[in-house]
Order: sequence, then structure tokens, then C-alpha cells
Amino acid sequence: MPLRALLIRDIRIALRIGGGALTGVLFFLAVVTLIPFALGPDLALLRRIGPAILWLGALLASLLTLDRLFADDQADGSLDLLLTGRTPLELVVVTKAFAHWLTTGLPLVIAAPVLGIMLNLEPDALVIVMLTLLAGTPALTFIGVIGAALAATLRRGGLLLPILILPLTVPVLIFGVSAANATLTGPMPFGTPFAILCALTLFSMVIGPFAAATTLRQGAE
Amino acid sequence: MALIDLANPTRFLTLATRVLPWLVGLTLALFAVGLYLTFFVAPDDYQQGAVVKIMFIHVPNAWLSMFVWGVMCVAALGTLVWRHPLADVAAKAAAPIGAAFTFLALATGSLWGRPMWGTYWVWDARLTSVLVLFLMYLGIIALWRTVEDPSRAARAAAILTLVGAINIPIIKFSVDWWNTLHQPASVFRAGGSAIDKSILVPLLVMAVAFTLLFLTLHVAAMRNEILRRRIRTLRLLQARMTNAGARA
Repeated sequence: MPLRALLIRDIRIALRIGGGALTGVLFFLAVVTLIPFALGPDLALLRRIGPAILWLGALLASLLTLDRLFADDQADGSLDLLLTGRTPLELVVVTKAFAHWLTTGLPLVIAAPVLGIMLNLEPDALVIVMLTLLAGTPALTFIGVIGAALAATLRRGGLLLPILILPLTVPVLIFGVSAANATLTGPMPFGTPFAILCALTLFSMVIGPFAAATTLRQGAE
Repeated sequence: MALIDLANPTRFLTLATRVLPWLVGLTLALFAVGLYLTFFVAPDDYQQGAVVKIMFIHVPNAWLSMFVWGVMCVAALGTLVWRHPLADVAAKAAAPIGAAFTFLALATGSLWGRPMWGTYWVWDARLTSVLVLFLMYLGIIALWRTVEDPSRAARAAAILTLVGAINIPIIKFSVDWWNTLHQPASVFRAGGSAIDKSILVPLLVMAVAFTLLFLTLHVAAMRNEILRRRIRTLRLLQARMTNAGARA
């Protein structure tokens, strides 16, 4: 199975020295630590906006490492092999994105409750934030692959990636935070925004790989 | 003349030179009529007074902010599917104009909001989704400016334009959701469901006038872009020849 080999290779690269696996979590930690310094140590306020802070931190952290997703492969030439190989490029993109999510998105989900305790969140709020992040971070990765593919085909695209991708992540942020806030504010049920969040994830899993594969093919010409 | 004939830039340039004066004249005439209707025919609002005149500028701009993205989408399809050389030029020329219309829609809306709502900006659903649209325009322009090779930039921008087009309705929907979640609908009062003819006619005339303004600017910008590309090619050739001469 070439896709499994690719998955294992990408995870290995991410976990190795110089890989990006830990960078995302550390960035997440740094962002969440900085916010109380800006807002003041008011625990009631932090509890109220805690889910939003966690979501914003996770969003920024998962975008941070995305620009290397194809750029490294392009630099060492393995992207050309993937492009000329017989495995459909869309599946290659899905595999690489999944490996990226396993090494950066999943650690964010696991780290979120720890940071949530620091933000004075209730136990059931912690569970819900974790659930929404688990459902929502794949959407961020799969929207991000489009930007990553653009960044690989453009030589100086790395800095451009957040500008291009952040507007597209607005819906994920809105539904993620409103599902996560369900236990806090009350009137909004948890089910509806969570279902839409899952729908967004599935939707971006379809759109993202196709757009990214097209970008890579066009860029290779 | 078929669309494929326009693939020849020279032919497009001749056509543009022939059409542009007419477009400019027509735009000016319609603006004259539209502004006359706006200021002398359309009645003042019984509540808003003369401030309601901003609407005749604001609504056409808002409509064009989305129309231009549609034009860019058609151009993007032209780039990706048919490799039409003029589609690249059309897409590139449209982006800054669209961004300008979007900015004007935001700015006039903000100026309208100050006397009506008492604030320049509210995080209202429409304002917010237009703001996101403005950011996406800026992203596309930034993308065009990052890549040196025009045809490569065109394909990257085309993909992003289409992805954006798929996302715009989703963003609009989610912002609506977010808005109803955060604040009650206090800003827009229900009422005036049907627009009176005395307001509708000037508004439509202004909308057509602004659309013609876009067409005029777009054709002119496309012509400029073609000429700019020619100059770039000539410069590259010249540099190559000087290099060869120096080596000989």
C-alpha cells in the first residue's frame, strides 16, 4: 500500500528532530498563556471566553505548521515523484493531510483540556471543547491544504498562506465556538452547531484535496 | 466575432479602443440621469431625511462587490478549462476593481450607519460577511503580486477564486447564524417591505450606471494589463540581447 507507506513516512518526518509535530502545541500553549496577560487574571471572565480562546489558539496553531506540508517535499524532489506516481494525487493529498492532522491537530485536541483547566473551565465544558476541536480541527487542516499547495507552487508563498486561508476558516470558527459555548450560555443547543461543524469537516475533506491536487498539478507545469 | 478570436490580444486591443469611448459616454450619461433622479426626483425618507440618498451609492456598490467575484469566477473557468489567454488578464484586472467596490460599499455603509445607528460599525451579519469578502479580494490581489510568472499566477489565483466562490455562501450562512446568536435584530427595523417606484427606478438606474462603470474600468484595465505584459516581454528580450552582446 503506497498510501500507508506515505502516511508512516510523513508521521516519522514530523516526529523527527526538525519536524513540526511539537511546534503547533507549543505555539498553542504560548498563545493561550499570553491571553490572560492581555485580559487580566479575572477567572470569571476567562471561564466565559475560555472556549473561544482555545478555539482561536488551535486555529492559529494548526495553520502555523501547514506551509511546510508540500514545500519540504518540493524542496527535496519527492513531490515530483508523488506527481508522476500512479496513485491518484487527490488520495496522496488526503493521506498527507491526515498525517499532518495526526501530528499537529490531534496533539492540540489532547492539550486543550490541560489549557482549559488553566482558563478555569468546568469539567463538562472541557469535554465539550475537546469534542468540538476533535470534530473541527480536521476541517482546518483540509482547508489549509489548499493554502499549503499554493505555498509550495509559489516561491514566496509561505507568508501569504494565512491571509488566503483565514477568511475561509470563518465558518469553522463560528460553529466550533458556538457548539463549545453550549454548556456556558445555555439557550443554544449543542447538537445543531456540532452537526454543522461535522458537516463542514466532511465538506472540506472533499473540496480541499481536489483544489490542492489541481493546484499542485498546475504548479508543476 | 467568436470569443476565441479575442485570444489574439491585438484584436482585443482594437476592439477595446473602438468600444471604450462609447462605454465612457454611456456611463457618464447614465450617471447624469441617475444622479438627477437621486437628488431631484426620489423623495426624502420620512425618518432618515436626505441621508437616505447614500443608499443610491451604497446598494449598487454592494451589488457589484459580488458581481465582480462572479466575473472573476467566469474568468477563472476560462483560465483553468479553456486556457483562454484573455481570461488571465480579465481575472487580474477585475480583482482590484472588485476590491474597490467592496471597500466603497463598506465605507458608504459605515457613513450611513453613523447618523442612523449612531455608530460607524456594528458587527452585523451583512457588514461582517462583506468584510470577509473584502479580505478575500485582498488575498487574491496579494497572490497576484507574489508570483512573477503571469500565467502561473493566473492558475493559482483561479483556483483560489473558485474555492472562494464555493465558500462565500457558507460564510454568509454562518455569519447569519453567528449574528442571530450574538445580538438581537435591533438594527434593521421591519417595515417598508415593498420599495416604492419613486425610489426603485433611481436605484435601478444607478445600479446599471455602476455596472457600466465597472465594464468601462475593466476593459481599460485589461488593455493596460496587456500593454504592461508587452512591455515586460520587451524588457526581458532587451535584457537578454544586451547580455548576449556583452558576452560576444
